[in-house]
Amino acid sequence: MQDAARILQLVINGSAAGCIYGLVALGFVLIYKATEMVNFAQGDIMMLGGFAAYTFIATLGMNYWLGALLAIGATALFGYLLDVLILRRVIGQPQFQVVMLTLGLGFIFRAAAGIGWGYDSIAFVTPFTNKVVRAGGLVLGQDNLSIIAGTLVLCGVLYVFFSRTRLGIAMQASSQNQLAAYYMGIPVRSVFSMIWAISAGVAAVAGILLSPVSMIDVNMGGIGIKAFAAAVLGGFGSIPGALVGGIIVGVVEQLSGYYLPPGTQDVTSNVVLLAVLVLRPQGLFGQTIRKRV
Amino acid sequence: MSYFEAKSIAVRFGGIRAVDDVSFDVNKGEVFCIIGPNGAGKTTIFNLISRIYNVTDGKLVFDGQDFTKMPAHRIAGLGIARTFQNIELFANASVLQNLLIGRHTHAQANLLAQLCFLPSTRRAEIGHREKVEDVIDFLELQRYRDTLIANLPYGVRKIVELGRALCTEPKILLLDEPSSGLNAEETEVMGFWIEDIQKDLGITVIMVEHDMSLVTAVANRVMALNYGKVLAMGTPAEVQRDPEVIRAYLGGDP
Amino acid sequence: MRYLFKTRYEQDLRIARQPSDLFWYGLLLAVMVVFPIVAGEFYVGEVAGVLIFAVAGVGLMLLTGYTGLVSLGHAAFLGIGAYTNAVLLAQGVPFAITLPTSFVVTALAGIAIGVPTLRMSGLYLAIATLAFGSIIGNVFSKWNSVTGGFDGFPVQTPTILGFRIQGANGIYYTSLVVLIFVLWLAANILRSPLGRAMVAIRDSEISAQSMGIHLAKYKTIAFALSAGITGLAGALFAHYVRHLAPDAFDILLSIQFVTIVFIGGLGSIHGAIFGAIFVRLLPQAIAIVRDDLPFGIGRMPGLEPSLFGLFLVLFILFEPGGLYGRWLKLKQYFRSFPMYKGSTFKRQKAYAKSERLR
Repeated sequence: MQDAARILQLVINGSAAGCIYGLVALGFVLIYKATEMVNFAQGDIMMLGGFAAYTFIATLGMNYWLGALLAIGATALFGYLLDVLILRRVIGQPQFQVVMLTLGLGFIFRAAAGIGWGYDSIAFVTPFTNKVVRAGGLVLGQDNLSIIAGTLVLCGVLYVFFSRTRLGIAMQASSQNQLAAYYMGIPVRSVFSMIWAISAGVAAVAGILLSPVSMIDVNMGGIGIKAFAAAVLGGFGSIPGALVGGIIVGVVEQLSGYYLPPGTQDVTSNVVLLAVLVLRPQGLFGQTIRKRV
Repeated sequence: MSYFEAKSIAVRFGGIRAVDDVSFDVNKGEVFCIIGPNGAGKTTIFNLISRIYNVTDGKLVFDGQDFTKMPAHRIAGLGIARTFQNIELFANASVLQNLLIGRHTHAQANLLAQLCFLPSTRRAEIGHREKVEDVIDFLELQRYRDTLIANLPYGVRKIVELGRALCTEPKILLLDEPSSGLNAEETEVMGFWIEDIQKDLGITVIMVEHDMSLVTAVANRVMALNYGKVLAMGTPAEVQRDPEVIRAYLGGDP
Repeated sequence: MRYLFKTRYEQDLRIARQPSDLFWYGLLLAVMVVFPIVAGEFYVGEVAGVLIFAVAGVGLMLLTGYTGLVSLGHAAFLGIGAYTNAVLLAQGVPFAITLPTSFVVTALAGIAIGVPTLRMSGLYLAIATLAFGSIIGNVFSKWNSVTGGFDGFPVQTPTILGFRIQGANGIYYTSLVVLIFVLWLAANILRSPLGRAMVAIRDSEISAQSMGIHLAKYKTIAFALSAGITGLAGALFAHYVRHLAPDAFDILLSIQFVTIVFIGGLGSIHGAIFGAIFVRLLPQAIAIVRDDLPFGIGRMPGLEPSLFGLFLVLFILFEPGGLYGRWLKLKQYFRSFPMYKGSTFKRQKAYAKSERLR
């Protein structure tokens, strides 16, 4: 019984971490599906979102919910401008140019955050900080539970957005066939910018939800590589796949941290990533795609 | 036993039958032309022959050899070369380099010899150059020899792609819409090249084409497709008169 | 404009395309040989660092610039080469054997990671190599019995033909010889069918395949050669740092390597050299101006990586040809002065090309 409770607790904590990976992975997938670009700076955008929330909530003393909303909005605007000002220029260039471009941008964001907010780990007070829920022998942090709840709410919102709103449907159309969407009168370029905005906003949510658990610092974008594992596991084109992949990575990481020798936890996500690439490269939910001639 | 044979080949993508029970054979030395409206499955047949797609059903036989399951990179070695509808040249390489890549199937020197560039590799390279120069002379590409593909006009790129296929010394040449993107005059010239390839080089040609003037000028036999099925087969004149074909192109009661 | 008249096919196969090339390369070699005699030890050491990075740069250029595959884990290959060399030397194996062994072991490691990942699109390779680099970095720091863990271990001074390779001069000349060997190797690759197959894969996989090129085989060869050459650089690097510790082979080093090829100029061996010079000299330049920068920017911890990031972004946006592309433009400008027209090198308009079937 003691063991079962322990495992359940690890699974829940792992799922919370996994939700964060899943949200960052969701950002990759949204952008990849639409533009075939992969944003290696996604983790760093999450970091910027966290710092933005810190500014609104801790520095300016706003209410948590208001500050969080403003931070999400500001980060989304940032993502929008990023596409309009920079990434739009490299559309049609080989994929690896985009990889290098976003990698470079990530380093710049880190330096900019270092100048703006310093290099120390910081945190702001949230309604979930240092509170626990006790249920049947389990001790669960409210911060972890808030991550899971927040992710579920966000997924619901995104689902409604993509299936019910005009803009969401236009986005789906543009990512399935750019040219046809363009002929149907959808302004594909600004739709792409909106997708960048959404994925930056999603990253900001991840940053805000993560802050009570692990604080905010300039290097928190390193989570990006774990999110890659999540996205690859989910098939790199599937939105539910990204979340499920994230949760699997998070849980495996927690369990390996507990049962395997110390230090293995650091490489768990990488091992999962390579194993998936070797054994099932199309991921759990992916389909194989080839170029048309 | 015919030279090249497709025996009731079929391919499905999801639920769509892109090619459905198509059979045809091609005689040695002829120009065989596949026509049909957009989406009829013409290019798909080429992709099946060059093994980019797997056939769901049926068999492909060339010169008595069944190559239905052969990996794509061995098709060129078999003697089947192709061009692409929208030109797939190596854009950041010169014309000469592109043509030399066409020699790949004939350049099987071992790795160590290449790394050290042994005299044997040097001799082989010079041999390839001589072959490539023959093609350059044949297609009159001399002035573009060292130009990057990215800097060439579209019409010339088409010829270079044809040349690259010829450099593999093919027995069968698959031409995917050789006239697309060319003006009337360039199309006529392309027709002459195809005739020369057939008559002077003795290469069998299978081509997908829309331009009926080119088809009537060069084709010995024509196959018309619609919705992945064969509508008619015969000489260009016969096929053009076929009521099914006319209906497929011009519409009318089914 | 100068035109080169060719009368024999063999002329295309020469490494030096023009007689004047032979003169300039010879002069450069002479300068490089004399350099340690006239320069101070510090500068010799710095240039040796450039030479080692140039070796690794050529290795990565073959992969990224010519085959079109991006690796974000080349620091791991440098590390594998370095540890192989140093560990074998510590076992008493002579340098003449450990150096080629570093090449072979690293090439095999390249094959091990390449075979499963090279079947997929280049994007997956970038992600997979990133993960691979991180795993190998962990192995270096955790495998105490062989690598000495976090503390690392000192690298023995190698001996070749009775000469002890020590001090800045020793490592300088060894690196120079290795670099020349690697450049010769790269030139041979590029003028033989192997190099053409690599370029074909870079430009259009589908038509490379229909020309009879076995994609997986040639990608694996390219990856193995690239890793092996980087392993050679690693073997030299072990002697350059003298004390081998795992923290040298982190993701930042991998980023520096890709910076070499992107800033140097994709698809040119000259570019790899230019890039190596740039990447090694940037930290020196920062060190010189560090104290004069306003607002304490010079003291910022992340200054160096962010500058690499900044230059990477600027080059990709504004000069995709890299430093070598810029150099070609300059040469063209002076040659055709005053008739130079900027549109000669205008970037072709690109449209979003889908890699997908649907």
